[in-house]
Amino acid sequence: MATTVAVGHAGEGVEGPRHSGWRRLQRPVTYSVMVLLAIFFVFPVVAMVVLSLQPDETQVIADQDSIWAFFPRALSLQNYEDVFGRDVGRAVFNSALITVVTVGLGLVVNSMCAYGLARLQWIGRNVVIGLVVALMIVPFQSVSVPLLLIVNRLGWLDTYHVQIIPFVANPFFIFLFYQSFIGLPKAIEEAALIDGAGRWTIYRRIVVPLSRPTFATVGILQALFVWGSFFWPLMVTRGPDVRPLPVAMQVLFSDPNVPLGDVFAFAAVMTLPVLALYLLFQKWFVQSVASQGLKG
Amino acid sequence: MATAIEPVSRDRLSDRQRRRGRELLQGWGFAAPAIVLLAVFLVLPFILAIYSSFTDQRLVPNPNLPTKWVGWRNYSRLFEDEGFRSGLIFNGIFVLVVVPLQTAFALGLAVLVNKKLRFRNAFRTIYFAPVAVTMVVVAVMWTSFFNPSAGLVNSVLDTVSFGFLTPERFGFLNWALDRNGARAAIIILSIWQGVGFQMVIYLAGLQSIPESLYEAARIDGANPWQQFRHVTIPQLRNTTIFVVLSTTILAFALFDQVEIMTQGGPQDGTQTMILRLITFGFRQGQVGLGSALGVFYFVLVVVVAFTQRRLLKEERAVA
Repeated sequence: MATTVAVGHAGEGVEGPRHSGWRRLQRPVTYSVMVLLAIFFVFPVVAMVVLSLQPDETQVIADQDSIWAFFPRALSLQNYEDVFGRDVGRAVFNSALITVVTVGLGLVVNSMCAYGLARLQWIGRNVVIGLVVALMIVPFQSVSVPLLLIVNRLGWLDTYHVQIIPFVANPFFIFLFYQSFIGLPKAIEEAALIDGAGRWTIYRRIVVPLSRPTFATVGILQALFVWGSFFWPLMVTRGPDVRPLPVAMQVLFSDPNVPLGDVFAFAAVMTLPVLALYLLFQKWFVQSVASQGLKG
Repeated sequence: MATAIEPVSRDRLSDRQRRRGRELLQGWGFAAPAIVLLAVFLVLPFILAIYSSFTDQRLVPNPNLPTKWVGWRNYSRLFEDEGFRSGLIFNGIFVLVVVPLQTAFALGLAVLVNKKLRFRNAFRTIYFAPVAVTMVVVAVMWTSFFNPSAGLVNSVLDTVSFGFLTPERFGFLNWALDRNGARAAIIILSIWQGVGFQMVIYLAGLQSIPESLYEAARIDGANPWQQFRHVTIPQLRNTTIFVVLSTTILAFALFDQVEIMTQGGPQDGTQTMILRLITFGFRQGQVGLGSALGVFYFVLVVVVAFTQRRLLKEERAVA
């Protein structure tokens, strides 16, 4: 954070004494605003966890609009047991599997394509670059209905691969890799080439290790996207067998017989692992989002 | 050794040719998996979307009724559809409210967490955390907070206003049960989830502004507000273009939170284009009509994106 610029502090030394009252107040006022904002951003997650620990459903309903939504009155895992009795384990497994496989394949396929575009001279290369850039503006939703027709004809409904294969290749991620690869110093690769290394070896042994931050960035973006994906799985999954978490959540939530405590427990199951990963790999999460700004 | 020059250079030439031939194969080899996947799952359905939008294609074909060419009929049916028109209206409202509000909020947050204050990293972490929460979960949680009689939001409003802000007095405080209340609720939860994302992009933008610009401004006697207005804002123009564009595109794609909270109701007040898309193309199996909506949606996103880019870029040329 060495390059940090303190915008709010920039005026120090210019203001006259008439501002001294404000300046004494500035710090506490800023902190109060920041704390209020922090409460705004954190309260739903806290309430979700606290209420999910309350086994008594009438108490959940009574507490959910009071201060007791933030201070646990009970510490029971009953709701979690209930929820796992409702096939949540299956949905967790499905979502985890789909996310891991999609991101794993996506990192390989997109980075390979970007390497071919960034470092090799081949006929058709410029056409492919143009195509990748053009495809970035096609929203998935606009092609979803014919895609549904295609996967329906292929007999792919209610499978894992229908939720994986269409989302492996992504023009935006190819673009992010491409930008990162053209920035790598060419000299190392050329030296390896002279030493007789093949392109595949160079890609695997030099380009991939040097671009770890980009891989982390793209992996996190793609994982967040796949983990939370709802629109497409809603159309292509019917039974609980391959259903991912967001669809399972909707099924649970729209069932009036399911107690609210269970809904909160389910929400916590979906959220806490990702939040834990976020806290652990915060730097990468933030960087993955910040790198999106490169697109503009 | 002078005689050896000739064969070596010839060798080199053929070497280069061989290398070029190899690069052609290798290039396609590296790019092929992605190209094939993009062709099958993005380009092909895109072409098919344009084609089917002019036919009466069904999801489950009826052998007695072969698919016919229907010209522009799907497009005219689209605009005759009350739900779709309501969807356009709410999408429009959503974009017009969320884009400026969320952009300004994100910039404000970025400025706050960029200050040299203690715990600044903790605040950044907290403000960004909702981005890691899946939208479906966000919608489920906020649906219970917005419960008119037993929700946290109304109980807080009731307490801070000493019983003045109640659903009985203000209809929109019935939230999901009221047209405008439902719209407001969806806007609030969407901003809650999305603003951290834009904050981080703005933060990266703020940190790329050279300190010397602020020093120069201070020497010229600019106060903090003037520095913000005449240094920060112009320096962030490219970031702003990106933030506005990406927020707009996401706002047009509005679906998850509406599907969970209101399913487009009450009285189509929170209907959206994508909600209609899934109704036509999936629930009613009308691939032709759904494709027409998809094509219209694509054209709309492209037109809006290019217009915004143009406008924001021109503003720079003037300023």
